[in-house]
Amino acid sequence: MSATSTAAPAPATGPGSAPPRRGLDRRGLLLLAAGIVVVASLVRVLSGANDLTSSGSVGAALGLAVPIGMAGLGGLWSERAGVVNIGLEGMMILGSFGAGWMGWQHGPWAGVLAGVVLGALGGLLHAIATVTFGVDHIVSGVAITLLATGATQFLASVVFTGTPGGGKTQSPTIDAPGTVSVPGVGSVLKGVEEHHWFLVSDVAGIVRGLTTGISLVTVLALLLVALSGWVLWRTPFGLRLRSCGEEPYAAETLGVNVYLYKYIAVTISGGLAGLGGAFLAVVSATIYREGQTGGRGFIGLAAMIFGNWRPGGLLSGAALFGYTDALQLRNADAVHALLLLLAVGLAALAVLQVIRGRRVTAAVALVCGGAALVLFLTTDHLPGQVTFMTPYLTTLLVLSLASQRLRMPRADGQAYRKGGGH
Amino acid sequence: MTVLRRIGLALAAPVLALVFSLVVTALVLLASHTSPIDDMRQMLDYASQPRTQALILNSATTYYIAAVAVAIGFRMNLFNIGVDGQYRLAAMLAASLGGWLTLSPILHIGLVLAAAVAVGALWAAVAAFLKVTRGVSEVISTIMLNYIATGIIGYLLAPGRLAVAVTGSNNIGTRPIPPSGQVPGIGLVPGSPLKVYGLIVLAVVVGVGYWFLLSRTRFGFDLRATGANESAAVASGVNVRRTIVVSMVLSGGVAGLIGMPVLLGSSYGYALNFPTGLGFTGIAIALLGRNHPVGIAFGALLWGFLDNSVTILQLGGVAKEIVFITEGVIVLSVVVAYEIVRRYRVRAEQQAVGSQLGRTTATPAAAEGATA
Repeated sequence: MSATSTAAPAPATGPGSAPPRRGLDRRGLLLLAAGIVVVASLVRVLSGANDLTSSGSVGAALGLAVPIGMAGLGGLWSERAGVVNIGLEGMMILGSFGAGWMGWQHGPWAGVLAGVVLGALGGLLHAIATVTFGVDHIVSGVAITLLATGATQFLASVVFTGTPGGGKTQSPTIDAPGTVSVPGVGSVLKGVEEHHWFLVSDVAGIVRGLTTGISLVTVLALLLVALSGWVLWRTPFGLRLRSCGEEPYAAETLGVNVYLYKYIAVTISGGLAGLGGAFLAVVSATIYREGQTGGRGFIGLAAMIFGNWRPGGLLSGAALFGYTDALQLRNADAVHALLLLLAVGLAALAVLQVIRGRRVTAAVALVCGGAALVLFLTTDHLPGQVTFMTPYLTTLLVLSLASQRLRMPRADGQAYRKGGGH
Repeated sequence: MTVLRRIGLALAAPVLALVFSLVVTALVLLASHTSPIDDMRQMLDYASQPRTQALILNSATTYYIAAVAVAIGFRMNLFNIGVDGQYRLAAMLAASLGGWLTLSPILHIGLVLAAAVAVGALWAAVAAFLKVTRGVSEVISTIMLNYIATGIIGYLLAPGRLAVAVTGSNNIGTRPIPPSGQVPGIGLVPGSPLKVYGLIVLAVVVGVGYWFLLSRTRFGFDLRATGANESAAVASGVNVRRTIVVSMVLSGGVAGLIGMPVLLGSSYGYALNFPTGLGFTGIAIALLGRNHPVGIAFGALLWGFLDNSVTILQLGGVAKEIVFITEGVIVLSVVVAYEIVRRYRVRAEQQAVGSQLGRTTATPAAAEGATA
């Protein structure tokens, strides 16, 4: 968590001078998104891997991004209040178990609710350990993940043994919750997508993937991201909560009950991670299975860090990991084409770095891009075990490219004792 | 504070945590309709058999090395979650090297061990490099490297690459290590038909080396100083980046050794059923043992006892996963208990200083010096 320990303090700016902006504004972001679609389209036409932008891939990516995004959103709540939550994985495990346990008996929504409640209980435990007892946040988080793994394995063996279709390590199947589609869009776009025209079909595929057959839980998750952004940045409650993560002793002098805010934040964090776990059980697999979370809690945390502790950034991080995961699950050839996309992207990055005068970074990007290109040209397809690594490699790559420009909440991960400021 | 009192306080936390987790476990057992007293008596009976004791020592050997690997990082606030991937990759590559070689025993064993250390250290060096050059948190990068290691092992452990079919099963593994690379067992437990891994010696060496490095060398001092207060360490001339890289590489090197007792002592190859998850066990034991070489040894023995109790519990019809709950509760309650005891000790010290200052006529400057 030392992403910012080497960063220089921001230069003080007077009230008259505009603050220096390093990030992209809204128009820049739109341009960037458009650029990515154009490049992806180009790569698709060149490599013939139609799955790169097919509606199937995009829909699958959305489904895979939701659990990661919920874990990341949980991380956002907790870290904005100054508590590092590496126990998200454990809370997701609790959520997936809760969803399986209640879901097969009382329907999917009962499962989702149980997942949220169990995850929130995990969050509450983390809050007790870190806020009340001042335990190191990472230690407590790892301990909670260990505990959650053990507890769910034991409970699953007790609860699911002898159930129809269930067993020691898995629940009976859960009914799927409903889906929604934007009416009148699907069939038109389907026709356009099947022509595989340059750019037009790609846009059609992406839009169709995002508007057809969307699970109601996905809609709920997206609403929660927007709601979190609004609550944390647009309400007095959110301001106080974030002040606990930036400068708890200053918040204390203003009469904010820092303990209470941290408790609320970490419990909500657990609930959101639990929702992510419940999504895996109820929507992705329609079954609880041991080891189902597969480290998505950690990836969610990485997505949040990549997103610079902001809801919008977190969404793009989750989308990136969801997309690479969808490609590797659906079509190994598409991952192979991803190499070309990577090469092009790194080349573009190298050009950008040369313009900014950072020669070394540019050279590293160029060399990596060249390696990706060579790999693309010399191989026909990648073996399954290699494509399995795609989301994890992407996480590492993206973090190492982005890490130094990130700023975490100032008091993130530090112990807070009431009256302990000097 | 007297020596007796200090020892009492040091033991208070683990004992408190242990009692608390036993109570929780007993409650869970009660809830699942078995008698906790009977179950625990069975576990103790089972543990008193010589064969079980040898099994516990064998598990503890592996756990000890794993916990030391984690503890090296912990001592300077580096969280090497990647121990798991480091030891699996190291064991797999060292096993395939060992399977291809035919050398004199000492050289053969030495080469396999060196290869394991090198692979573990290199894999950890990736995370260290990303941390010092790109500021990537080692927590995230090592978790990702764990999954990438799983992918690499899956790729390499296939027929035609590094794997061959294991005779008599549908398992695949690396080519078996010939007798010259095998480490014979030691009959350490009297009356046990089962021998203890010869590489228990390695665990002892690792423990002594860890103690010596941390408390008797300049590097160990730098490492602990950085962990305790980074800015103070920088001010006194410690090169933090170098310390990060070296301690991460050391941690990875020790992690490389985790699989060796099993590899060279009983499995003689890396197959699909090679033990996994030892890195996470190591984290738990390092926390339990407070990163202290002796404390870790007790933690490793406790874990060995708990894990081997699974056999007898299952015979009694208790779901074996109950042990995981006990272990999880121990870890969480031990860190809480350490914190409670620490606060108690700080308050006790302050009171002691206060009462002494009341008795002697001290100047305000001396009082400040004493409380600082």
